[in-house]
Amino acid sequence: MQIVLAILVGGAFGFVLDRIGATNPNVITGMLTLRRLRLMKTILLAIGTGSILMFGGQMLGLVEVGHMSVKAAYIGVFIGGLLLGAGWAASGFCPGTGVCAAATGRRDALFFIAGGLLGAAAYMATYPAWKASGLLADIAGGKVTLGTVPGSAYAGIWAVSGDLLGIVLGLVFVLVAFVLPEGIGGGHVQEMPAE
Amino acid sequence: MTLDWKLGGILLGAVFFAAVLLVKPIGVSTQFVILDGIVADAVSPDFITQTDEGWTSTNAYMAKSSGKYAASAAGPLNYGFVFVLAMAVGAFLSSMLRGGVPLAERRAPEIWRANFGDTPWRRYAVAFAGGFVVLYGARLAGGCTSGHMMSGMMQTALSGYIFAAGAFLAAVPTAMLIYKEG
Repeated sequence: MQIVLAILVGGAFGFVLDRIGATNPNVITGMLTLRRLRLMKTILLAIGTGSILMFGGQMLGLVEVGHMSVKAAYIGVFIGGLLLGAGWAASGFCPGTGVCAAATGRRDALFFIAGGLLGAAAYMATYPAWKASGLLADIAGGKVTLGTVPGSAYAGIWAVSGDLLGIVLGLVFVLVAFVLPEGIGGGHVQEMPAE
Repeated sequence: MTLDWKLGGILLGAVFFAAVLLVKPIGVSTQFVILDGIVADAVSPDFITQTDEGWTSTNAYMAKSSGKYAASAAGPLNYGFVFVLAMAVGAFLSSMLRGGVPLAERRAPEIWRANFGDTPWRRYAVAFAGGFVVLYGARLAGGCTSGHMMSGMMQTALSGYIFAAGAFLAAVPTAMLIYKEG
């Protein structure tokens, strides 16, 4: 059953990533240079929509709170984010969209995946040094959510209802998605070359 | 033929929601480690071994958290790995249905050509180096754009916000520096 769900949800995710332009390095780069922000609007709306549905569903008892999976906070999250950001901007791919872009026939995405496999292997080899450095040690409680979600395995930073805060933040994401302009100056590359 | 951002955003949000409703939040970058583990174990069969309690590896990272990565590499027909393979199939179907990616684009994206001309091998070198840094960073962070940024911020995870701050802080200046045209 899990495998069937993996095929259905994974397939839908890949399909939608392609349809919103996320498999296209022109679109990703346009977003990261702030010239074309349509994808940013899409992603913000998606995070907001997902958040409202998930926390709303949890409040109504329709969504299993135990399905939440919160990752730990540590200094390495920030350093890793910086590294990922630099490579993301240079290549126009992130791990998921790189795999999807390769499937659409983009040759550079195959090189991205090859580099990614080597990069992951390099991390596997250097993991003990990171571990010893203390940069992987939990900060601010590690696996925490901003509010306190009833019935979840994770602590909250603030005592406010994590469900309500999740819905409020979800609405903020949606609001920002609508307020954000479609682009900030410049740019002439077509997002989807005509053919 | 990019979807209208409102429709696209709601559809993508619905996929995030479906994932957490049915199984667990979406994540991708771990599967690069799993594929590395599968390859390493094929080359050197002692890389992953079975124990009384489960699986372990000679690599400390594969063996961490009671060998959960080692177990996934030993049995790749698991949710996370199949999920990423299915993503590729979904993207392939979508691209076919919209007429496929033009040949020139497949060779090198338009924004690359606008900045650096017809230099596909330079582009492939940058994509390779970019992939290396992206996955190294993602593993250091414990997740990528999917797991930390989208799934993490959706769940109001502190780590998701820390990750997104780092990623955009580096990505925006880097993109502006490299891609002055287009």
